[in-house]
Amino acid sequence: MLSVLKNRFEQGYRTCNYPKEKPAVFPRYRGRPDINKDADPSVIQACADACPQDAIDVDKKRIDMGRCVFCGTCERVSEKKFVTFTRDFEIATSSRADLLTDGTLPDLARHSKQHFKKLFGRSLQLRQVSAGGCNACEADLNVLATPFFDLARFGINFVASPRHADAIVVTGPVSRNMKTALLQTYEAVPEPRVVIAVGSCAIMGGPFYGSPEVAPGLESILPVDLFIPGCPPHPLSNLHGLLRFFK
Amino acid sequence: MKAFIPIPNGGPISRADIPHLPFDTFRTQALDIVKNGGKVVQFFAYEDGGTLKFLMVLRTHELVAAGCDAPETYPSLTSECEPFHLFEREMAEQYGIRPQGHPWLKMVRYHKNFRNKPDVFNNDYTQDIPGNYDYYQVAGDDIHEVAVGPVHAGVIEPGHFRFNCIGERVLHLEIQLGYQHRGVETLLQQVTPKRLPILAENMAGDTTIGHGLCMAQAVEALASVNVDDGAKIIRTIALELERLANHIGDLGALCMDVAFLPPANYFGRIRGDFLNLSLLLCGNRFGKGLVRPGGVRFDLNDEVRKTLNDRIEELKPQVEHVLELIFSASTVRARFEGCGRVSTEDAGHLGLVGPAGRASGLSYDVRRWFPTEWYGYLKVPENPKPSGNVYARALVRRDEVLQSLEMIQSLIDRPVTTRVVSGQMPALPPDSLSVTLNEAWRGEVSHALLTDDTGHILRYKVKDPSFHNWNGLAMALQDTGISDFPLNNKSFNLSYCGFDL
Repeated sequence: MLSVLKNRFEQGYRTCNYPKEKPAVFPRYRGRPDINKDADPSVIQACADACPQDAIDVDKKRIDMGRCVFCGTCERVSEKKFVTFTRDFEIATSSRADLLTDGTLPDLARHSKQHFKKLFGRSLQLRQVSAGGCNACEADLNVLATPFFDLARFGINFVASPRHADAIVVTGPVSRNMKTALLQTYEAVPEPRVVIAVGSCAIMGGPFYGSPEVAPGLESILPVDLFIPGCPPHPLSNLHGLLRFFK
Repeated sequence: MKAFIPIPNGGPISRADIPHLPFDTFRTQALDIVKNGGKVVQFFAYEDGGTLKFLMVLRTHELVAAGCDAPETYPSLTSECEPFHLFEREMAEQYGIRPQGHPWLKMVRYHKNFRNKPDVFNNDYTQDIPGNYDYYQVAGDDIHEVAVGPVHAGVIEPGHFRFNCIGERVLHLEIQLGYQHRGVETLLQQVTPKRLPILAENMAGDTTIGHGLCMAQAVEALASVNVDDGAKIIRTIALELERLANHIGDLGALCMDVAFLPPANYFGRIRGDFLNLSLLLCGNRFGKGLVRPGGVRFDLNDEVRKTLNDRIEELKPQVEHVLELIFSASTVRARFEGCGRVSTEDAGHLGLVGPAGRASGLSYDVRRWFPTEWYGYLKVPENPKPSGNVYARALVRRDEVLQSLEMIQSLIDRPVTTRVVSGQMPALPPDSLSVTLNEAWRGEVSHALLTDDTGHILRYKVKDPSFHNWNGLAMALQDTGISDFPLNNKSFNLSYCGFDL
């Protein structure tokens, strides 16, 4: 018993103040890309050629944050003359098109649906479906339940049954073998229901794009309301998406 | 008679040097080696100029390899020796060849074979297949079945578990995976080289460094690329950070399952602190983007070195105190001990690897047996715990957490400079083979890379440690209460995506 108390004192209070304050992330973190539109076209072309995800549109000078796995290759190739990854983790959007970014993103709160806020603003129950991928997205969703992020303080929880849920959170590129299970889970969620795509796999197949065993993106199967990009999205990106969209 | 020849871990090998045996010789010798205590590291088929071939890598005190032409049907090796079980099922699925007499021949990942041969399992792949097969069944008036998945209650990966129970007692657990099959091995042979490291890192996100290292070492060996000492040290630190985060997370989850919530929460948070140290190194909590053929993409400058050192010093006593809290609680011991035992003999037959194997008394650890990176200079203690139960699996994790902390601390102070690499993929030589092994946190990860006569990838074979260990979980469950399943499952914490590929 004494050691339980001793440990409790040592651990102290660890919950972050987000969204009131933004916690600091280490300098090498790669969040929202800043883009220099005046970069030399040859530099942009070199970035596009080197990008393993083919996420760079040379003509429009944009990055598809839904395709991007935030590996930082373009930043290196361009020596920061075209792309610089910032420490901004607030990168969720309500439409796929907004992820094709020139470095700016619309304010998510203004784009979220008002009836969602009214219905789910005080209590939101999520059912997660892991549909392929590498399990990193699931891991960084799971940590939202740990004391630092403490998702439950906002009235948001992950639940065991789709019947108890308001929304499904989909991770992974939706493998052919998971499509039926995903659809059945979706149909078991009572209406109105929300669909959230977490991670580049769910958004467009991620590192596995082009494989005949995976879908080209969750949107080809279900209507998606909220996109949280990343590989995997930082837990703070997930938190930002959920809070700005529903609160 | 030619025989299996020794090969190095992560060396370039000319394919012509690998003995090509008659199938019967190949089969007899492989069975001999495994019956005398050898273990299967890789056993796979590949197509070479229209012929289907087998390649097998076994380990005794060294790695040995041989190949042969693959017959369309052949007498199963599994019928005589369990460790070939899944490898033969996998080949039947991938190439449509039938191992005659295989005791439990069923699909692994539900996909069409690569050669458009008639399906060994009589599946029609225009239909939805998963879940559509004959389960292992136990009959009797008191028998009932519990089916779980593929969508589980928690935020975890998909798989289907079927328990045959008599009352609360589990007679048999059948595990069917394959739901996450993404066609990784096929993709690896088809994509442009720039995508290879990204694919390697994403086979199993919690083993990013483990798989990333196997890929990098295979390419380095084939292309004769030298890696500097600084990069080797950084990769070793990264692999140990990965081990720390996962072991700590699992120990916390085990506490959650026995309703001892304080350490569950502390370790949930501390796990995140270790993930953040990977982020400190390379900008990603899972180490994605760090390891590339030729070295690493981020150096360990003085600022990072200092932060890393300070954080570890701050976290170390906390970790030690929470470990004390867990392992001194009689309630925890009462639930962990005697739960889900896998005997040393069974573990040996199944060929368990990693902490699961060590918890059953098998001391095998790639870091000591076939060291790569900086492990040759590190003291990696032996951690065998013979009791084989949940308690043993937790103890192995505890010891490895403490050892990893020491290893990292001993490495941080070495100011060795690193040349950061760009990540460009070097060209590969023709007709070559490289087999790499690393001790990731779950155990032995292995990649085998074969090139054709133009230097293109002919076959890229991946083996996650979970491929060996899933049957260990089924074994642990036999004759336990079904309510002990979560505890056993967490104590193994195997990878679904690493298996499904």
